[in-house]
Amino acid sequence: MASPKSRPRDGYPGRALSLILVIMVALVATMVGTGNIKPRLGIDLAGGTSVTLQATSSDKNAINPANMGIASGIMRDRVNGTGVTEATVQVQGNDEIVVNVPKGTSSTQLATELAQTAKLYFRPVLAEQQQVNAASLPKSSASPSASSSGGAKPSGSASPAASSSGKPKASGSGAAAAPSASKTQGDALSQDLKASSSASAKASASASAHASSSAAAAGTPKAAATPSAVPTTGTVAGQLGGTVPAALQQQFNAIDCTTNAGRLAAQNAANNAHETDQVVSCSTTAGSSGAWTKYALDKVAVDGTSISKAQANLSTQTGQWEVDLSFNSHGSSQFAAITGQLAKNQTPTNEFAIQLDGLVQSSPYVSNAITGGQATISGSFDQASATSLANVLSYGSLPLNFKQLEVVTVSPELGGSQLDAGLIAGLIGLILVVLYSLVYYRGLGLVAVASLLVSAILTWSLMSLLGGAIGFALNLPAVCGAIVAIGITADSFVVYFERVRDELREGATLRPAVRNAWPRARRTILVSDFVSFLAAAVLYFFTVGKVQGFAFTLGLTTLLDVVVVFLFTKPLMTLLARRNFFNSGHPWSGLSPERLGVRNPLRDSRGSRRPVRPTAGKEA
Amino acid sequence: MSRFGNIGHRLYTGEVSFDFVGRRRLWTIISGVILVAAILGLSVRGLNLGIEFKGGQIYTVTKPGVTVAQAQKAANDLTHDSSALVQTANGAKGEQILIQISSAEKIDPTTGQNTLSQSLGLSQNQISTQSLSASWGHDISQKALEGLVVFMVLVTLYLAFAFEWRLALGALVALLHDLVITVGVYALVGFEVTSGTVIGFLTILGYSLYDTVVVFDGLKSATNKLTKQNKLTYSDAANASLNSTLVRSINTSVLALLPVAALLFIGGGLLGAGVLNDISLALFVGLTAGAYSSICVATPMVAWLQEKRPEYIELARKVKQRRAAEAKAAAEGRTLEDDAPQAEVTVPAPTGGPRNQPVNRTRSERRSSGGRR
Repeated sequence: MASPKSRPRDGYPGRALSLILVIMVALVATMVGTGNIKPRLGIDLAGGTSVTLQATSSDKNAINPANMGIASGIMRDRVNGTGVTEATVQVQGNDEIVVNVPKGTSSTQLATELAQTAKLYFRPVLAEQQQVNAASLPKSSASPSASSSGGAKPSGSASPAASSSGKPKASGSGAAAAPSASKTQGDALSQDLKASSSASAKASASASAHASSSAAAAGTPKAAATPSAVPTTGTVAGQLGGTVPAALQQQFNAIDCTTNAGRLAAQNAANNAHETDQVVSCSTTAGSSGAWTKYALDKVAVDGTSISKAQANLSTQTGQWEVDLSFNSHGSSQFAAITGQLAKNQTPTNEFAIQLDGLVQSSPYVSNAITGGQATISGSFDQASATSLANVLSYGSLPLNFKQLEVVTVSPELGGSQLDAGLIAGLIGLILVVLYSLVYYRGLGLVAVASLLVSAILTWSLMSLLGGAIGFALNLPAVCGAIVAIGITADSFVVYFERVRDELREGATLRPAVRNAWPRARRTILVSDFVSFLAAAVLYFFTVGKVQGFAFTLGLTTLLDVVVVFLFTKPLMTLLARRNFFNSGHPWSGLSPERLGVRNPLRDSRGSRRPVRPTAGKEA
Repeated sequence: MSRFGNIGHRLYTGEVSFDFVGRRRLWTIISGVILVAAILGLSVRGLNLGIEFKGGQIYTVTKPGVTVAQAQKAANDLTHDSSALVQTANGAKGEQILIQISSAEKIDPTTGQNTLSQSLGLSQNQISTQSLSASWGHDISQKALEGLVVFMVLVTLYLAFAFEWRLALGALVALLHDLVITVGVYALVGFEVTSGTVIGFLTILGYSLYDTVVVFDGLKSATNKLTKQNKLTYSDAANASLNSTLVRSINTSVLALLPVAALLFIGGGLLGAGVLNDISLALFVGLTAGAYSSICVATPMVAWLQEKRPEYIELARKVKQRRAAEAKAAAEGRTLEDDAPQAEVTVPAPTGGPRNQPVNRTRSERRSSGGRR
């Protein structure tokens, strides 16, 4: 220690040792306190499904952290929507999203769904119909629906409206054009509120006749006819026949939105359809009454990519949560045209559906043409549902496609056996290193073993804590990194021990040898650890996935190596050098001058004639 | 053990010495032959890229009792040809069967999993799947390559700063040497290259340099005040430094290799193919090459570069003169006066810290620290 004069030349070994002890105790206590006593295991060790998706885009700048964040939020919703628990969705690197679904739900199906390109469209509603699964039909919900079943009265004017997109752009009418959309279908969180309020909102906004029909569920006929979720045809089909093309009509009848399979079929069909096709679609969630909504939708009126911004706001006027939308210039003219057209229609054809990934997220109605490219969707949102819809809408403005890079499902058996193999390998590696240290360094080997132990405790507790804090998951390459790091950690001790021995060979006694070996050993350790850490850091920032996990572990252990050498190994050596066992050069201490081959350890004469090197002469 | 320790001591004092630096030509030939073989292998045979680079699916069946023939048949039924590759591997919990299906078959992983589980009579969650797009491996290698370039630039700058550019160059050459050899071994032997292999390659970066840095650290201090004497040329001093730190180099290499060897043994012996095996194999080859290159490539190369510097040319000239004089003196039967100047540069010359402090010292302490400055 290059110390100021006031410090003892040995430094304060006791303080350093107590410091690292305190750190260790604190880490372990936090670990136990927060319940993260084991590192979180990655999919390849614990079993489960992992999907890696890569964003692609024609616009390079579109792949940015903000957009990736929104996209991963949507992915999370998608995964959770399938009923999977404990799934994690993480942005990885610049352009990748990793979805990890823990064991239990082996689902390559999920992977396929996730990889699908998310597309957000505004489509005018041609017809809508609510469906209730008889099995899940609550008693109460049946009664209001009895009144009318699917009062969809298509106007026929919807499709011309959509095609007239290039029409006059209301220029001067101000960006503050009346926001007049309300929500009929939406997010699960406040569905009950919305369902009721949308009905009332509609009633107040336009003809009161809508109220009953839009809220109506075709529950009764269905419940009677098909107790086990079979497509509802019958009464509704007849009413839609006039405006829906025959092909769509058949599809409309065939689809059952109350079952997962039915929704998936509808979703796939809608996803495969072209923008100019008319499609059948399901609502993404069921209402409080358990009613799902089935839609017949017109071709795309406004593409989601026309949205420039979507944000959830607390309205200062009404005190309600709402979603503000801005369109780009192209989108705002399209939106003005379509809303102008829709506003003339009757429910439900005055609605447009916000369709994400083939499912209808929300279908607000319109009472006025919305010009100026600004719109507000209001209804009975709470903060969460407003934010969620805003995210969905923002997603539409993401010009991102996702490509499936890797899908892995690992059975728990395979994961377990990989974990075992990793642990066994680590244990054997550790034992080999310990044996080598003990055989070669004897007493000093014990110092090495103790240091490795400290290092292991620190690594374990940090990994466990990081699992809880930043979602660090230990995967197989990370285990591998930890095992490889045993070598790096041990190397530092070798560097130090060899320096001490060099000092002894030069005739120093142990205490000064331990002290004087340190500055040079410290330098070597720092330089080489820096190189090692640099490699890990570069790998971490330039790579993704498995490599990143590996780099992280390597970097962490390299840092810990420095900590351990400075705060543990060196002070411990200093203390041990005071002990007679080491200081007297006991044969088992690993520091015996005789064993080191120093024949005359206590040569006199200051100025130290150090061992003569005949090297050059001999070789010349 | 004590003999081992003795060797350490004798190496340190120079009683025993291996001429690493002087055998520059030998190392050049050895490395050259290996490098040519590696590059030839790489260009002629190419790398055996795993399914991660070609795209496709890997199904892992862990249930005991399924035979390879059954699995092959089931896979053939799935692909309607016999393109599927079926292998066995020993897992920690019994035998595993790996079925690899190329992405050219265009089989949906879900379908594949379902079909295989049906035809083998397993439940779906007894089959692990891994489906990889063809770009996955390419992608990860691309990023790894970017990282590699950045790392090399950074580390060269750092070493040039911490030591000097000649040493940085030597380290860089040693690093490239290790990488090419490792990749070449992969090409020649035909080991499969997977993402684990890429990780292994990348780790060699850190390790190869770790070794080299440890050696250079000794080298730097050994050659600190070299021009103030006339007994040792730069190469001699470098060689002496290598020898005095040889035990340390060997120990660090052995300790680094031990855990990797354990990984390789477990990965190869118990688990069969897999990430552990791939990483450790690449590491094992790379570390071995690294141990060799830090001693036999990096240092001789640095010595060669340094010997071209005017001051060391001058030094070499002086040393030659002196030796000629010595030889002459020996021939004439008298000894040249002393070797005092040599003691000044005894290797490794200590540097740093506390030794120059005018504090109270015991005699032995003074001897070990005070007198060297």
